[in-house]
Amino acid sequence: MKKLIIALAASAALLGGFSTGAQAQEKKKVCFIYVGSKTDGGWTQAHDRGRIELEKALGDKIETPFLESVPEGPDAERAIERMARSGCAIVYTTSFGFMDATVKVAAKFPDVKFEHATGFKAGPNLATYNSRFYEGRYIQGQIAAKMSKKGVAGYIASFPIPEVVMGINAFELGAKSVNPDFKLKVVWANTWFDPGKEADAAKALVDQGVDILTQHTDTTAPMQVAAERGIFAFGQASDMIAAGPKTQLTAIVDTWGAYYIKRTKALLDGSWKSEQIWDGLKDGILTMAPYTNMPDDVKAMAEETEAKIKSGELHPFTGPINKQDGSEWLKAGEKAEDGVLLGMNFYIQGVDDKLPK
Amino acid sequence: MFEAILLTVITAATPLVIAALGELVTERAGVLNLGVEGMMIMGAVCAFAATQMTGSPYIGIVAGIVGGGLFSLLFGFLTLTLVANQVATGLALTILGLGISGQLGESFVGQPGIKLQPIVIPLLSDIPFFGRVLFAQDLTFYLSIALVIGINWFLFKSRRGLKLRAIGDNHGSAHALGINVIRTRYLAVLFGGACAGLAGAQLSLVYTPQWVENMSAGRGWIALALVVFASWRPWRVLAGGYLFGAVTIGQLHAQAFGIGIPSQVLSALPYVATIVVLIIISHNRRTTLINTPASLGKAFVPDR
Repeated sequence: MKKLIIALAASAALLGGFSTGAQAQEKKKVCFIYVGSKTDGGWTQAHDRGRIELEKALGDKIETPFLESVPEGPDAERAIERMARSGCAIVYTTSFGFMDATVKVAAKFPDVKFEHATGFKAGPNLATYNSRFYEGRYIQGQIAAKMSKKGVAGYIASFPIPEVVMGINAFELGAKSVNPDFKLKVVWANTWFDPGKEADAAKALVDQGVDILTQHTDTTAPMQVAAERGIFAFGQASDMIAAGPKTQLTAIVDTWGAYYIKRTKALLDGSWKSEQIWDGLKDGILTMAPYTNMPDDVKAMAEETEAKIKSGELHPFTGPINKQDGSEWLKAGEKAEDGVLLGMNFYIQGVDDKLPK
Repeated sequence: MFEAILLTVITAATPLVIAALGELVTERAGVLNLGVEGMMIMGAVCAFAATQMTGSPYIGIVAGIVGGGLFSLLFGFLTLTLVANQVATGLALTILGLGISGQLGESFVGQPGIKLQPIVIPLLSDIPFFGRVLFAQDLTFYLSIALVIGINWFLFKSRRGLKLRAIGDNHGSAHALGINVIRTRYLAVLFGGACAGLAGAQLSLVYTPQWVENMSAGRGWIALALVVFASWRPWRVLAGGYLFGAVTIGQLHAQAFGIGIPSQVLSALPYVATIVVLIIISHNRRTTLINTPASLGKAFVPDR
C-alpha cells in the first residue's frame, strides 16, 4: 500500500513537473473563467464550445485551462487572480457579474491581458466583448408573428437587466413588423437556471393562451413544455432541437469560437489591443439554428431578414418606435445608439407587461 | 383554466412534500440531516440514468430511491457511528451530492428524457372537475399521499413509531429502556434518504424530464424549511407543500395575466407566506415545544 502511494505521488509529481515545465515554455496559456458548469446546456457550454474550437484551431501554440462554476462575488476575484498568477497570457471572464473583479485584477497584473464578456468597463489591458443577441430576437419575433394563430407569444425572462429588456423589445419589434397588433406576455422567473421554475412559467403562459414560447433562461425545460403542449418555441444560447424536434422553430446559438480564435491570433502576433467589441450576426459571434418546423415562405422571410441584418441594410431598432406609454422614442428612420441599447430600461409599445424596476 | 393551474401546482408541490416527509421522520428520530438537497440530486441523477439505460421510468424511480438511500447511509455512518457533527456533515453531504451527481450525469446532459406517464384510475377519474386532477396523476403523486397517511399512522398510532419519537425526544432515556437508538436512527436516516431520492426522481422524470447539473435548484432546502413550518406533523407538510406550490404558480399566472404588481414582490410571496405562517404557528410556544423533537441534532454515544 505504502509503495503504491509513493509511486502515485512520484508519478503525479512527474506529470505536474512536465506540464508546468517544458511545455509551458512553448505554449501560451489562454485561460477561461466560467460562471456555471461547462455542461449546463446553455450559456457556459456555449463558451466552452468556443474554447474547444479555439484549442482545435491553435492547439499547437496554446493551451486553454479553465475554471468552472466560479460564483459571482468575492470568490471570483480570487479565482481570476489565481489564473493571472499561474502564467496566463490572457484571461477570458465569461459572465456579466465578473466585471468588477476583472477590473481589479487587471489593474494588478498589467502584463496579463483580460477580456470580459458582456460588461462595459474596459482598461488598458482589459477589453470587453459582447454579442448582438437582439438581432436574433428580431428574427424570432417575425417568425412568431407568422406562426402564431392567436397573435400572442410568451416570453420567459430572467432578470430585468438591459440585456434581457433589449431582447424582449427586439422580439416585439420583429413581431410587429409582420403583425402590428402582436402582443407579448412576459413572465419573470427571477432566475437564470431552475428547470422546474422555468417549466412552471412556461405552463402558466401556455395556460393563459400563448401559442409561441421564447425564453431568456438557460435550460431546455420550457422547450419540453412547449413540445408536450403542442406549440412552437425558440431555443436559447444553444441549439435545443433535441428537446423539441417538432417544436423548435430556430434558436439563437452563441458561437464564441470565431471570436476567441480571432482575438487569440491577435495576441500571438502582438496586435492585441484593448477594445470594446459588440459583434453581431455578420461576425459570426451568434448564429441562427436551422429554421425548422415552418412553411417555406416563413423560412424565406427569416433568411431574408437575416441577410439584411448581416449586410447592415436592416437595424432592428430603427424608428419610428414608441415607448410603452405611447411617447416617441425614435423618429422615423432614426437608429438607436449602442449606448442607449446597452442601458435599456424601458419597454416599447405592444409589450403586455409592467417592467420591474 | 383552474384545473390547469391545479395540475401545475401538484407537480410543483409533490417533490417538496415527499422530501419533507422523509426528513420529518429523520428529525422525529432526533437526527438533523441538512443534506436533503444532496440526496435529492443524487436521486434525480440515478433515476434519469437508470431510465435512459433501461427505457423504463419505473426502474428509474427505484434507482432514485436506492441512490438517495445509499447516499444517506454515508451521512448515517459519519454522524451515528463516528459521531461527527450533524450540521457540518449534512452541509458536506449537499455539496458532495451536487458534485458527484454532476460527474455521474455528464454523459446524460442534453438527452431528451422519458416522462413517467400518469396512471388513470378508471371511474374515479371521471368525477367532474376533481377526477382528472386527483385520479389521473403519475405514481409519485399517489406515493406522496400514501406516505402522508402511512407516516401519520406510523408515528402516532404504532408502537414502533412511539419508540422512534421517544428516541427523538430523549435518546438517553430511550437507551435506558432498552431501545436500540443507533439502529432506529440508521433506519430513519435511510428512510429520509430514500424519500429525498424519490423526490429527486420526480424532478428528472416528471417535473422536467431531463438531466442538468444542479437541477434541484434549492428544493431540498425548501423541504427542510417545510418540516419546521409543519411543526413535524405529516398533514401539515402536505398543506405547507401545497401552499408553497400554489403561491409559486399563482404568482407566475398573475404575471402572465398582466397584474401590475412588480415581479420581484410576486417572486418573494411564497417565502413571505412561509414566514407569516411560521410566526402564527410559533406564537403558541407550548404547542411548538410539544412537537419539536428535544434531542434534534444532538449526538448520541451509548455510555454502556
